[in-house]
Amino acid sequence: MSFVPGQPVTAIVQRIEIQKLRQGENLILGFSIGGGIDQDPGQNPFSEDKSDKGIYVTRITPGGPAEVAGLKMGDKIMQVNGWDMTMVTHDQARKKLTKRKEDVVRLLITRKSLEETVKQSMGCHPKQ
Amino acid sequence: MDTESTYSGYSHHSGRSRGSHRHGERSRDRHKSRSKDSRSEKSVTINSPPAEPLLGDSSVRGEQVQDDNWGETTTAVTGTSEHSLSQEDIVRITKDLEDSVGLDCRRYVTRTIAVILGLLVFFTPLAFLVLPHILWPEKLKSCGTACEGLFISVAFKLLILLLAVWALFFRPARAGLPRVFVFRILLAVLVFLFVVSYWLFYSVRILDSQDDNYQGIVQYAVSLVDALLFIHYLAVVLLELRQLQPCFSVCVTRSTDGETRHYNLGQLSIQRAALAIIEHYYCDFPIHNPALLSASKSRAAKHLAGLKVYNVDGPGNPAAAGIAQSQSRAMIAAAARRRDTSHNELYYEEAEHERRVRKRRARLVVAVEEAFTHIKRMQEEEPKKAPGDVMDPREAAQAIFPSMARALQKYLRTTKQQHCHSMESIQQHLAFCITNNMTPKAFLESYLTPGPTLQYGKDHWLGRRWTLISEASVTSGLKDGSVFVLKCVDFSLVVTTKKIPYIQMSEEYIDPKSHKFVLRLQSETSV
Repeated sequence: MSFVPGQPVTAIVQRIEIQKLRQGENLILGFSIGGGIDQDPGQNPFSEDKSDKGIYVTRITPGGPAEVAGLKMGDKIMQVNGWDMTMVTHDQARKKLTKRKEDVVRLLITRKSLEETVKQSMGCHPKQ
Repeated sequence: MDTESTYSGYSHHSGRSRGSHRHGERSRDRHKSRSKDSRSEKSVTINSPPAEPLLGDSSVRGEQVQDDNWGETTTAVTGTSEHSLSQEDIVRITKDLEDSVGLDCRRYVTRTIAVILGLLVFFTPLAFLVLPHILWPEKLKSCGTACEGLFISVAFKLLILLLAVWALFFRPARAGLPRVFVFRILLAVLVFLFVVSYWLFYSVRILDSQDDNYQGIVQYAVSLVDALLFIHYLAVVLLELRQLQPCFSVCVTRSTDGETRHYNLGQLSIQRAALAIIEHYYCDFPIHNPALLSASKSRAAKHLAGLKVYNVDGPGNPAAAGIAQSQSRAMIAAAARRRDTSHNELYYEEAEHERRVRKRRARLVVAVEEAFTHIKRMQEEEPKKAPGDVMDPREAAQAIFPSMARALQKYLRTTKQQHCHSMESIQQHLAFCITNNMTPKAFLESYLTPGPTLQYGKDHWLGRRWTLISEASVTSGLKDGSVFVLKCVDFSLVVTTKKIPYIQMSEEYIDPKSHKFVLRLQSETSV
């Protein structure tokens, strides 16, 4: 998922909709994020390209809304509710995910296994 | 040289693109004409503008705002000056003489009482020891070595007591305070009662019954001296030690120019705190210069003088108080509405003054440095010069003084300090600096910044009477929020007190091994 600067990024994405769970006075989503343009990309265990500064899912709370919605550990978040997540700081990403007024976040996430799934499905059913 | 600065002043102004009303209004000194009245169409200005005084810098006169409506305005502002008030000086000196007699009387009385008490205290143990030998020598049992040991101890303790009392009580008085010193009175009464009770006991139990146990009598005398030493210890604690720990923070403000200092004081009575503050005043506050206050006074007078309110209802109105209040409100409203450009004038005036001061200061520094190069210290190894060439410091100072005198005088006039330094004092200071191998900058330091009052000649601070004005009794202690005023002839010091808060400190132990760090380059946030 490396990008060439100046060229548009293409990726196969999955749309995931997570309902926020109210816990006390907080709305939680049940996962943790890592990465960002202000972080060190070399320490990201989930990225293929160690210069990728995108936002990755690093942990999923078992039984939380994210797990229920189908989010997996290691996913890279491309968009949150229409907001781009590929070129944001860590704090900006956190803010976009934890807006108090929104009950639902719609994520576009991508993972390596998606590509293989698509290739396989295209291979199985060629030229349909 | 003055014309030079004036010329540059003009060019400085004309070069600036100000409104046309500025031209023709700026002149050499602060001689202003008030044409702004004509511009304010909404004001209630009725009368003609007053003529401004020409504040010449050749001498410091007592200034008066010459107002056209001189008789009708209620406040005429006059500044105090150091030279022309001979009448006030005479009044002040006579008041000094009168009151100093009263003070001396009181000091005399206190000294007498102190001496009498001291003699009583000193001779009582000796009397206790000597009287049995005089009155009933044959009945007395001879006392052995223990007694003689006690004699030695009595002698040394009395010597120590004598030195201690001399050190604590017989010091030159620093000041005359308005009320008596409460702790000293208490201690004197305590000592007196103590000694009297010992005498009573002695006369009743020993003299009357003619006790023959001499050792007991000696031990009685020793116990008296011990108790007196303990009373002296109490005196040290009450008079000296108690006020050392700072308890209050006092803020002292001079009323004329707002100079403020903060000091820490312990638990003192108001009069003792006032004394401490006055002593600090003489050392810390820059000297009070009445010549610097004239500008703001003239501004204030000018501001009020432009308005005049007429009472159209006639003088015999029963609702006079209400009229007066509404008059003053009308004046304030009119003054607020009037488009006042005095802030503009102040700004440019201050900028101009600062430029002038800096220019004169530069000239002064150069002149002094040049003057100092004309003399040098004669080394011993040099071949002896003719006696006419060798000068002592005073002559050397007189030799180089004329070359810097003019620049120095001009600078002092510009900063309005010329009354603080006489020619004689300047030459003395110059001789002093030459003797001590000081640089020109060190010589100039006392003229460039106004120093504390004590630095100047005695006539500036001698003969100052201070009046303590306080709502609480002056022998009561300082409290949080107590306010009092120390009034002098020219100004007053307003003092406010604040208590230093009680500090509650807790401890927290940090294990030295608990300082561990990780690199925070990949942070993880849970959402």
